[in-house]
Amino acid sequence: MADSEVTDQSGPKDGIERAKNEGKELTKEEKQRLRKEKKQQKKGKEKKDDKAPKESQKEKPPAAAAQPSTQPSTQPSTQAPSQKVCSAVPAPAVAAAAAETTAAKEKPTKSKAELKAERRARQEADRASKQGKKGDGAQAAPAKSKAAPSELQPVVKRLPEHIQVDNPDVLKKLAKKLERQQTPENIADKKIPLRSDYGYKVSLFSHLHQYSRKAPLTQQLSIPSSVIHPAIVRLGLQYSQGIVAGSNARSVALLHAFKQVIRDYTTPPNEELSRDLVNKLKPYISFLNQCRPLSASMGNAIKYIKKEISNIPNQCKDKEAKNKLLNCIDCYINEKIVLAAKAIAKYAIEKISDGDVILVYGCSSLVNNILCEAFEKNRKFRVIVVDSRPRLEGREALRRLVQRGIRCTYVLISAVSYILPEVSKVFLGAHALLANGYVMSRVGTSQIALVAKAFNVPVLVCCETYKFCERVQTDSFVSNELDDPDDLIVTRKGKTQLENWQDVELLGLLNLVYDVTPPDFVDLVITDLGMIPCTSVPVVLRVKNVDM
Amino acid sequence: MPGSDKETDLTERIEAFLSELKRGGCGTGPLRGSSETARETTALLRRITAQARWSSAGDLMEIIRKEGRRMTAAQPSETTVGNMVRRVLKIIREEYARSRGSSEEADQQESLHKLLTSGGLSEENFRQHFAPLKANVIEAINELLTELEGTTDNIAMQALEHIHSNEVIMTIGRSRTVEAFLKDAARKRKFHVIVAECAPFCQGHEMATSLSKAGIETTVIADAGIFAVMSRVNKVIIGTQTVLANGGLRAVNGTHTLALAAKHHSTPLIICAPMFKLSPQFPNEEDTFHKFVSPQEVLPFTEGEILSKVNVHCPVFDYVPPELITLFISNIGGHAPSYIYRLMSELYHPEDHEL
Repeated sequence: MADSEVTDQSGPKDGIERAKNEGKELTKEEKQRLRKEKKQQKKGKEKKDDKAPKESQKEKPPAAAAQPSTQPSTQPSTQAPSQKVCSAVPAPAVAAAAAETTAAKEKPTKSKAELKAERRARQEADRASKQGKKGDGAQAAPAKSKAAPSELQPVVKRLPEHIQVDNPDVLKKLAKKLERQQTPENIADKKIPLRSDYGYKVSLFSHLHQYSRKAPLTQQLSIPSSVIHPAIVRLGLQYSQGIVAGSNARSVALLHAFKQVIRDYTTPPNEELSRDLVNKLKPYISFLNQCRPLSASMGNAIKYIKKEISNIPNQCKDKEAKNKLLNCIDCYINEKIVLAAKAIAKYAIEKISDGDVILVYGCSSLVNNILCEAFEKNRKFRVIVVDSRPRLEGREALRRLVQRGIRCTYVLISAVSYILPEVSKVFLGAHALLANGYVMSRVGTSQIALVAKAFNVPVLVCCETYKFCERVQTDSFVSNELDDPDDLIVTRKGKTQLENWQDVELLGLLNLVYDVTPPDFVDLVITDLGMIPCTSVPVVLRVKNVDM
Repeated sequence: MPGSDKETDLTERIEAFLSELKRGGCGTGPLRGSSETARETTALLRRITAQARWSSAGDLMEIIRKEGRRMTAAQPSETTVGNMVRRVLKIIREEYARSRGSSEEADQQESLHKLLTSGGLSEENFRQHFAPLKANVIEAINELLTELEGTTDNIAMQALEHIHSNEVIMTIGRSRTVEAFLKDAARKRKFHVIVAECAPFCQGHEMATSLSKAGIETTVIADAGIFAVMSRVNKVIIGTQTVLANGGLRAVNGTHTLALAAKHHSTPLIICAPMFKLSPQFPNEEDTFHKFVSPQEVLPFTEGEILSKVNVHCPVFDYVPPELITLFISNIGGHAPSYIYRLMSELYHPEDHEL
């Protein structure tokens, strides 16, 4: 009788489920089922006595829902794993049904078995949804899909928000996230501010932020000092104004600021340092991201610090833990930046011979270091510094080299095909090395590599391993940084052509910061691990991950 | 006496023209565009033909050659002057040959057959006097002038054949020909233009403001971003200062990089160049090919402490080899770079290549 009731009820429900789910993804259907299971769990916990028949009824929909799940699995025959999973899903559903038949007799044991079956079903559903997503293509996945730590498991990554500016939902989520990231004792209106974009953005880049540098950050945003440590505020201002620029400089400044934060930190009562400090750092990182998008090297540094913090054992006292962390940071800076620079210089000097004419672009601290060391080792060479508007960073490199006494020539990037026949080698610095072998560097680097290739001049890229990044990218559009467009305006002979570019609606200015160089333009990458070709970057990353 | 008045008047005009040429040689581009220079040169040559004293075609050619050498020496980078002189010389030869009654074609071709059968250099003195020669030459020069006036419009008329809708077109610096070309296409089609600003003179800014005022969606990028944005560009349309005899270009600096980037992405490179820019020079003469301007444009005097210890170069032109070029659009139609030598032989006589 109970059974017939149940089957009657499940019949139409079954039909509805099937109709709903035909042609839909595996994921949505699984989500519905999971939601229903959660609802039952709650009700099962609250009202055990009365809800017995109703519970058994609600057990049926998961079983019924498990059946239509075999339907979508037959459609994409390529999704073999999902088929396996679906065949596994009816099994726990059957187990649920079996549990349910014994339900009427023992209520507490029934709920335990049910819960177990539900949990198992949910796990299978998770795995199915992950496989399904892999087939459908990665989306902004819900938090449920946690990758199992197996190497071949596909990692579904969330798209970073700084390349989703054109999606209003993402912006709303970010605003909420910044609101939420406060220390508990704060009032609601003290939150990390959201920086607004400036000026007309070229349509190809509407997915990126574009900020203005003219008005200092403190005028644009109200930064609550109780939420953000003053060292971080200062750092953010320095980033946004371009006072601290360059990959290494930014990372070192970040690490020093974090050291200050750690020194001033005290663990609140009933909290553990390893968890609370990481939570404290989150709003700082969001704030710095608002000031200027984080670089790959900064990202790696932050990952390292977070790992070190979470590895601190609970028994450790505050003072000890803090000292340990400060030492870790110092070690990191020393190893990954200072000693790496020395190692790279040692390798690179082998590549510089007497009589060389070396071309460098912009201002890379690493390349400048190499040239100064080579000069000290009495190599005879001269340098051509290529520069580009609007940043004109080459002038800084020129000053440093001339001070050491190196013979230099200076040209703009448009004259590079005039000067290249004289050049014997090109040394370039990098902002990051991507996992598919592309070099991400200051805009204009790919151009120099292109022209050098056309003239058959070897191109050597110098990069420390801590800048290696797991991202992949094939062009300079999907992930980049847009600088202040007003920088392009120039006054020549008293006339400023682009003065009122904002008023002309069809006119846009584009000031890119980075670009990617394909690996076929690069002949050699000099790292602290040695001299490798561009294509060996994922190998280095894998080795590093295994170490860590 | 009327004769000497005319002569002094003529020499004054020539001197004025020379000094303008010399002054207009700063890197920001000539004070006038190339088409104006070409027109002024041709008008001046017509005046010389009308007012100078000559009796035979040979004398006239000598006079024009002499003046032409002076004019090209005043501003060697302004090749349109020399081109116009050569065109006029060719006109004189044609008119002379027509007056004599022989066809020009036979005289022109340097075929192997001719070399064997003629047995030595043909004696073409141009010594014969023909009365209507002056009038004929002046008429032909007038025709040349009308042709020059219509070049930009002729090129712009071809715009719709080459630009479709929703395209992204890239250009560099400022070229009046390309500006007219794009504005003509914008009347009927909607497309997007990216202008590389071409440091240090940044003439791209002027081009961008002018295009955006004509209703074309324009974006200005720095020179360093040329390769970065090239993957989204459908066509590259540029102007040039000179078209060389091998089909290569002498164009504003940065053009070679642009051409290489376009080749890498297999984007067609289209040159809008009127016929008067075609010059019988080859790019081999290293010392005369490049022109430099004050390095102050690149490293200003405010960087005083390092200025004395650094070499600074500011070249104005770039050489672009013909392999990187897809199409030339001129006032007489479109041509491949491999066809340029043929056009040259129609415009100039081989003996006039060296003035």
